[in-house]
Amino acid sequence: MPVATRVRWAVIAATSVALVATGCSSSSSSSSGTNANGVVQAWWGDPQNPLEPVNTNEVNGGAVLNMIFTGLVSYDPKTSKASNANADSITSTDQQNWTVKLKPGWKFSDGTTVTASSYVDAWNYGALVTNKQVNASFFQYVQGYNDVAPPTGAPTAQTMSGLKVVDDNTFTVALSQKFSTWPQTLGYSAYYPVPKSFFTDHAAYLNKPVGNGPYLIQSWTRSQKMQLRPNTAYSGTNKPKNGGIDLKVYTDTNAAYADLQSGNLDLDNGIPNSALKTIQTDLNGRYINEPAGIIQTISFPLYQVDWNTDNAKLVRQGISMAIDRATITKVVFTSTRTPATDWTSPVLGDAGGYKAGLCGSVCNFDAAKAKQLIQQGGGIPGGQLTISYNADGPHKEWVDAVCNSINNAMGDTKSCVGRPVGTFADFRNQVTTKQMTGAFRTGWQMDYPLIQDFLQPVYTTGASSNDSHYSNAQFDALVSKANADADVTQSVTDFQTAEKMLATDLPAIPLWYQNGTAGWSSKVSNVMLDPFSVPVYSEITVK
Amino acid sequence: MGRYVLRRLLQMIPVFIGTTFLIFVMVHALGDPVNALFGDKAPDPAVAAQIRAQYNLNDPLWLQYVKYMGNLFRWDFGTTFSGQTVTSLLATAYPATLKLTAVAFTIEVVFGIGFGLISGLRRGGVADNSVLILTLVVISIPTFVTGYVLQYLIGVKWGIVPATAGDPLTLQSLLLPGIVLASVSLAYVARLTRTTVAENSKADYVRTATAKGLPRRRVVINHLLRNSLIPVVTFLGTDLGALMGGALVTERIFNIHGVGFYLYQGIVRQNSNTVVGFVTILVIVFLAANLLVDLLYAVLDPRIRYA
Repeated sequence: MPVATRVRWAVIAATSVALVATGCSSSSSSSSGTNANGVVQAWWGDPQNPLEPVNTNEVNGGAVLNMIFTGLVSYDPKTSKASNANADSITSTDQQNWTVKLKPGWKFSDGTTVTASSYVDAWNYGALVTNKQVNASFFQYVQGYNDVAPPTGAPTAQTMSGLKVVDDNTFTVALSQKFSTWPQTLGYSAYYPVPKSFFTDHAAYLNKPVGNGPYLIQSWTRSQKMQLRPNTAYSGTNKPKNGGIDLKVYTDTNAAYADLQSGNLDLDNGIPNSALKTIQTDLNGRYINEPAGIIQTISFPLYQVDWNTDNAKLVRQGISMAIDRATITKVVFTSTRTPATDWTSPVLGDAGGYKAGLCGSVCNFDAAKAKQLIQQGGGIPGGQLTISYNADGPHKEWVDAVCNSINNAMGDTKSCVGRPVGTFADFRNQVTTKQMTGAFRTGWQMDYPLIQDFLQPVYTTGASSNDSHYSNAQFDALVSKANADADVTQSVTDFQTAEKMLATDLPAIPLWYQNGTAGWSSKVSNVMLDPFSVPVYSEITVK
Repeated sequence: MGRYVLRRLLQMIPVFIGTTFLIFVMVHALGDPVNALFGDKAPDPAVAAQIRAQYNLNDPLWLQYVKYMGNLFRWDFGTTFSGQTVTSLLATAYPATLKLTAVAFTIEVVFGIGFGLISGLRRGGVADNSVLILTLVVISIPTFVTGYVLQYLIGVKWGIVPATAGDPLTLQSLLLPGIVLASVSLAYVARLTRTTVAENSKADYVRTATAKGLPRRRVVINHLLRNSLIPVVTFLGTDLGALMGGALVTERIFNIHGVGFYLYQGIVRQNSNTVVGFVTILVIVFLAANLLVDLLYAVLDPRIRYA
């Protein structure tokens, strides 16, 4: 059994003396071609929440769910384009009432069949407020959401009235508003189906989640390691090209990088900042650095009177023009950020709504014009700009750099100063309770590759993540119109028309698009990052 | 002796309550942890309220503390946000940290006292001077620097031992982290031993023992070393707690999933159950180690007796 021996060697290589291991792994990798049974040792962090589809909103839990589930649609890792996966068709005549038909015969890895109920029950569970799912609000557009998750008090219904099972492979969804791109949102993890065992033995399910995706969880030692192996019951098209993925939990990204360099780790998508300068030579070019669906911005508290005037608009434009994005992304971020010129992300592609330069001259560095605009607007409200950030994240460096840039443009060393807040939780607390008096950092990581997701939840009146509390009736109307457009191209155009209003109002200044980075060992190849900066595990091949 | 131990155990109770309360207050001073669960998004108010209720976050702080301590006495340390019980985390973390600490402690005792003895006996010699210089270098470099440098050289560049300790923990993989963790304390122990040995080698009883014609080996081990060890044991006792605390840094560098891993994660995610639970056990370990040291005095020094 040469195959089994090789797998065993791989495991030993990860745990025993490196001298011996290098000898063995080099002898096994010298055999030519790819090894379909080779297991990839990959970087991982401990998931924050239990691994339930609607309860996972961070990248570590998301990476696993992505491997063990396949939703109604899935996104192309290169173009971000949504296409039907488990769904056979998702249709509507009025962009509000949708009929979902499933491809029949799909199975969960425990052998049970994926039916319309698998979806409807999962969604109802996720939305019900007493189940405390952090992503429950993803069902806010479904009719009856307010009955299962009222802002205050106990729910008056256990299920959403908008979801109806028609037969084993068909269900209908009534939304509370028109939403033409709704089918394309359904690749997000919150919309995954769950098997019956999720409800019958929930505790056991959480110890070993079961899904309908390309991989299944073979074993999981909490906070240490998870072993994923190909799911033989998988019916989709992304069949794994390797023998499985072993996710190893690291606390410190430097430790993972040391393991990557010494051959104990094959895939590291948690590259520490300190390694970025030398990574090309360290890994002989086995490094990827490409835009992900994340944009970083600086928001302003438009709920403060002096920030909500027409003059303040000019000041915001001036501040935006005072920031030398090109230099900061190059020096501070070692080119792992790309200067932003709109409010979306390059991963959307031109067809999806990304438009380079949409922001216009406001996002271009022009110190003289910046100073002039700020003075024309009556100077910075309060005399000094503060930029708040959470000190437990890697933000101090760039906030100081941005302030330096503004100070240089103004010719005054006291124009701008960073304001650290101890923890992320406290920082978010101050932001959501409207306690900000100056500017603050905001970031947006897309949930699905749609221009809608970059605009509606962040900039429409009263939206859940509208941290600057921007309110523009015209903008809202355009977003509603775009959502009602039956034609996708027209919808994107309308969203972009709305987005252009942000360039004059500037509730938030675009700074840069965040890149996803990953390095890999010589043992594996074909490493890609999807638009969510998660590695496409199923495509990795092992030598 | 029995009464002394009893008195010491009773003294532990207020210390225990005081430290846990302080930690509890400090974790809560960081602010509301629920917002962080939702990332950069604004939390859904209804869901956030449910989560707050689950973790008693709506109660006044003192009531939260009383509830927490009440559960603690039923051996219920609460759960993390990821749904694991803290007791299960304790059960996986403490063995890992204890293994690392044991390795480090052994290295510290054997090499620290060994080096100290050699250099104390041959003062001014080559061995003595090299020990002095080496320990000075070790003491002046922070542990994390030693850790990263040794990891890079021995683990990554030369590949002599694994760069991280991995899972399961073997003695071999714990050797490098053990040396890093022990290094600073080892240097102190060596210097402390050297001084006391040098001092005691001129003492009357050593001269008497030599004059009696006892073999040098016996003079050194039974007379000189035993008497010189009293201050060293004091240091080692308090250092045991420091080692477990210092393991936080070393564990991170070498990716050992012990107390440091969970404490760090608990602090970052502001999960008071995890942080207070782990610190509570650390406090108990520290108190027990101190008691043990005080009892060891009596064994080493016949002049000390506890009533």
